[in-house]
Amino acid sequence: MIESDTFCQALQDIGFDFFTGVPDVLLAGIIETLIERRLYTPAVREDEAVAMAAGAFMAGKVPAVLMANAGLGNSLNTLASLNLLYRQPCLLLIAWRGFDGKDAPEHLVMGRTLPQLLETVRIPHRTLSEQTAPDDVRWIAQTFMKERIPVALLLKSGVVRGIQP
Amino acid sequence: MQSRARAIQAVLELVSDQPVIVCNGFPSREAFKVKDRPENFYMTGSMGMAAAIGLGVALNKPQKKVVVLDGDGNVLMGLGTLATVGALKPKNFIHVVLDNEVYGSGGNQPSYSRVVKLDQIAKAAGYVNVERVREREDLVYEFKDMLGKDGPSLLLVKVTEQVEDVPWVPLPPAQIAERFRKAIA
Ligand SMILES: Cc1ncc(C[n+]2csc(CCOP(=O)(O)OP(=O)(O)O)c2C)c(N)n1
Ligand SMILES: [Mg+2]
Repeated sequence: MIESDTFCQALQDIGFDFFTGVPDVLLAGIIETLIERRLYTPAVREDEAVAMAAGAFMAGKVPAVLMANAGLGNSLNTLASLNLLYRQPCLLLIAWRGFDGKDAPEHLVMGRTLPQLLETVRIPHRTLSEQTAPDDVRWIAQTFMKERIPVALLLKSGVVRGIQP
Repeated sequence: MQSRARAIQAVLELVSDQPVIVCNGFPSREAFKVKDRPENFYMTGSMGMAAAIGLGVALNKPQKKVVVLDGDGNVLMGLGTLATVGALKPKNFIHVVLDNEVYGSGGNQPSYSRVVKLDQIAKAAGYVNVERVREREDLVYEFKDMLGKDGPSLLLVKVTEQVEDVPWVPLPPAQIAERFRKAIA
């Protein structure tokens, strides 16, 4: 399992310096680390978070947004008509609830369709794993600025350590 | 009471180099016609998100006053952002709501701002300065005052439903963003 400290440091090392979003339990360890590092600005909705990220980017920051895949539903129009259209890149760290059909029922439809949803709106994505983590981070850094659009890193349960010891 | 375009003009005449984020629909189109400047960001889609974009700018440019020109329908759609602004309390955030009490750009259907007091919601959310004005001279007085003091501030401006004959903003969206980014750097 990747330690959330290591993960956040890797993102900081490639330049990310503004983090916002809406929590999911899978992201709790990462968010706790970001709060400790005074890097996290809570949002109340995921569309607000991606819009704040666009503002932050225009103000010179390198933004990342944390959300559950439910939040992708909340933010899809803003991603399409703001972040993609105006070419405002951000990293979307998306907790993949309902992966493999194993989760509470409310996550199953979004869990099943997450990759296709991203592909339909042409947001490049990868799924983080402990084995490929350095490569995943390198891919984020390259794709982010080259394409100048949002890129998504999907986080399944148990890949980054949560807050429980 | 003045038209929305006149209110936009009054605000744009009072700013110097401050970033201004304009909500989607006719407000952006009228702002472009009244006074285009590179420090203007014209939102075309993402209804309800102008204040969130402005907040992202304000938090990361604390030395610049950031102005959001919003609509009542937009504010109602992105109502949660009033809470985010009220909680984070960016001192450099000025939220001007052009309230014609309709979805003007959607065909003039009445909005709930007729009965729901958006300025009181902002006050309850934690905005520091909140004012409501009707006349142009009051708008000028209050906006000047807000430019000079710590916020977050919200100025609710009651405007008429009048619409100018204005085209879509003729700039490509990516260019709007890029010149805005450079202008406020
Ligand atoms: C999500 C979404 N829903 C609906 C629309 C259509 N629409 C565009 S502008 C607008 C009205 C905006 O109203 P307001 O913020 O009050 O501005 P006004 O035009 O009245 O000045 C609507 C409904 C849209 N662009 N996006
Ligand atoms: Mg309106």
